[in-house]
Amino acid sequence: MTSNVSVEQNIINSFLRLDRMPHIWCAGCGIGPAMRCFIKAIHRAGLDPDKIAVVSGIGCAGRAAGYLRLDSFHTTHGRALPFAIGLKLGNPELNVVVFSGDGDLVAIGGNHLIHAARRNMDMTVICINNFNYGMTGGQLGPTTPVDARSTTSPYGNIENPFNVPYLVAASGATYVARWTVLHARQLERSIAEAMVKPGFSFIEVISPCPTLYGRMNKQPQGLETMHEYQKRSIVRDGADPKDLDITFDGPIVVGKFVDIERPTFWDQYEQLLDRVSGKEN
Amino acid sequence: MSEDGVLCGTFFMNGDVACAEGAISAGCRFFAGYPITPATEVAERMSERLPHVGGIYIQMEDEIASMSAILGASWAGMKAMTATSGPGFSLMMENLGLGVMLETPCVVVNIQRAGPSTGLPTLPAHADMMQARWGSHGSYEIIALVPSSPQEIFDLTITAFNLSEIYRVPVLVMADEVVGHMSEKVVIPSISPDELSNRRRPTVAPEQYLPYKADGDLVPPMAIAGEGYRFHVTGLTHDEKGYPVMTAEAQDKLVRRLVDKIRLNRRDIIRYDEVDVEDAEVVVCAYGITARIARLAVQQARDSGIRAGLLRLITVWPFAEERIMELAQRVKAFVVPELNYGQIVLEVERCAAGRATTLLVPHMGGSVHLPETILKAIKEVVQ
Amino acid sequence: MSIKGIRIAGFGGQGVILSGQILGQAASIYGGGFATLTQSYGPEARGGSCMSEVVISDEPIDYPYVQNPNVLIILSQEAYSKHGHNLPAETLVIIDPDLVKPDPSQNPSPFSIPATRMARDMGRVVVANIIMLGFLAAVSEVVSPESLKKSVLTSVPKGTEEFNAKAFELGYNYGLEHRRRSEGAND
Repeated sequence: MTSNVSVEQNIINSFLRLDRMPHIWCAGCGIGPAMRCFIKAIHRAGLDPDKIAVVSGIGCAGRAAGYLRLDSFHTTHGRALPFAIGLKLGNPELNVVVFSGDGDLVAIGGNHLIHAARRNMDMTVICINNFNYGMTGGQLGPTTPVDARSTTSPYGNIENPFNVPYLVAASGATYVARWTVLHARQLERSIAEAMVKPGFSFIEVISPCPTLYGRMNKQPQGLETMHEYQKRSIVRDGADPKDLDITFDGPIVVGKFVDIERPTFWDQYEQLLDRVSGKEN
Repeated sequence: MSEDGVLCGTFFMNGDVACAEGAISAGCRFFAGYPITPATEVAERMSERLPHVGGIYIQMEDEIASMSAILGASWAGMKAMTATSGPGFSLMMENLGLGVMLETPCVVVNIQRAGPSTGLPTLPAHADMMQARWGSHGSYEIIALVPSSPQEIFDLTITAFNLSEIYRVPVLVMADEVVGHMSEKVVIPSISPDELSNRRRPTVAPEQYLPYKADGDLVPPMAIAGEGYRFHVTGLTHDEKGYPVMTAEAQDKLVRRLVDKIRLNRRDIIRYDEVDVEDAEVVVCAYGITARIARLAVQQARDSGIRAGLLRLITVWPFAEERIMELAQRVKAFVVPELNYGQIVLEVERCAAGRATTLLVPHMGGSVHLPETILKAIKEVVQ
Repeated sequence: MSIKGIRIAGFGGQGVILSGQILGQAASIYGGGFATLTQSYGPEARGGSCMSEVVISDEPIDYPYVQNPNVLIILSQEAYSKHGHNLPAETLVIIDPDLVKPDPSQNPSPFSIPATRMARDMGRVVVANIIMLGFLAAVSEVVSPESLKKSVLTSVPKGTEEFNAKAFELGYNYGLEHRRRSEGAND
């Protein structure tokens, strides 16, 4: 047992920039466990790490790029997806993963998100959703549940949050899943599946922010919150994406919701190239 | 058309199309853009031509995404470009800064129209000259080239790619609506690979590679994704490893190098040409379409016995300050006609430092100066 | 140095820009000189006012616009109101009489060719501008007929060369006839 743990830890360590430890994440934060699942998924899928590129935006989750010993790009706020699109089209052999947060991907990067899904860009997006902007101090975000408090909704949030899986599914993503950070095995399997599946894959990871969102909403212990999120979860593979709203303290539907086939941007572009060169002949 | 799909020959074409062909001749194989007058024809031409050379054209959701995408493509090893005009240029400023910070070779074309805001979409100006220099936040240096004709936008687009590869910095081609839309003869030569510059690549093993350890010219060799270097880059202030370092010392070292790699190499970057400057008592300093009108005015001034000359800026950033300083020692005045209310004139004034008079001849854009307007200014300053 | 300016004014969809393109290409690529084409148009894709200007010279061109046109081709009444007045006597004005009713008080009186009608008679109204260019080649010296014809043939869609060559010849012969008549009238 001990040796299994150390074997696993060795694998994890081989993917980390150990010279950058300790990381900046708070005790009880869910980003670390999610990143661990990502690493194990790469290993599980047997992918060549030299051919994986990770792109992050700005925010706590955006720091993941800096801790991974992969080609990794810490870009600007919200722009991880279009940067990743350039990277992927520039070298279609790369396995491109965007690892970032809900504020980055869904608010400031929301337009890029729907268009990347619409084009079915071949990449995997791991979206850490902690219901607020952590790095800037716990402000209201596009995923903050109604009535939740944040440093910019001190009287409770009055805005309707996005149902993110519904948004990306409607926009054209071909793989959509949601797990909480304690669904470690399911999350790892989903990421591995997503990374080998062509097309736009999106995985939402429900994750506690004990320091900010948690403290303001009476969930100051990260580990407890992880357990609470897990307890609130209902696994429902194939659930209709429109039924995936998250409320302040209601159930959280998790599972794999979308897994369909559709030509990717690159499939279509290759056909276009063939058409054009055929026309020339 | 040569066998590899790169155009070659003599054509009557407009500046936007010539720009696209220049990019293709320079080895550009990735274009991300968003339609905007008067730069749309660059995107249209690229969408038509890139598939013929195995390149990638993608129309993005906005100019923010376009700029981000060309940075990504560059890190995958492509020569990449986008083209826009004022409103889109404003949106690109965010990731232009990222391009500077990550030291990413790429080319951004701005076919300038009159602003502020939506302004005059179909009509010319040089409204964004200072934005080109200072548009993104932070202290940095950039390279900006200004063409005066379709032939020159073809040539300078190639130069822009070469400079961006050598110095690892986004290079701006700051054309104007007249040059973008006017058609003239454009000679497209067959360009051999050794006329094109490529970024220096790392020669050390991946475990020894430091992404931001610069060579003597202050430019670090650049790895690209997927080759096993497993490097990290960030828009945060970083050290030679590319790791974030939140200290004043790291900031000082990085910003100095980003700026100095351009400043100290300026002699290799700055281009201008001169007409009748040797004995001139008044020098017209102009760029873009305005420089052609200024040439006519200078000729007319000479015809009427005034010793006038023309300094046509080709590289606007970094600014040709040494040349202006030299000329300021001996000329009486600089006349600076601009399609704006005074931008580059501020630089001329700074470099003249009171040793020579500087006279702005402003035109807010929407059309161009008449030669007589510039001639009048020349006459005014020699009196 | 000789600089010639040609202004073509009408509305979008009449081939105003293409005519300028063909003329500029003829002068600079096939004629061995220099030419600059500029254009202006409204925001409408079709039907708005539209103008192209070609400067032709035997030396590099500085000022890209036509200041005093040597030749003015006018294809709409609106363009005539805008450009057709107070012209120097030596300006060659060409109109399509079915599209423009000239003001008889104005000098010089324009040359006219019903190019649109002639094109319609040929079965394809889109070649009106090519007929007009043929006419221009016959009645002016701005560019040689050979260069202009060559430029027409390399600018039109593949497969339509023969038809366009016929249109050009039609306009050219009409122009020669027009010239003979007007020169005869001067005798």
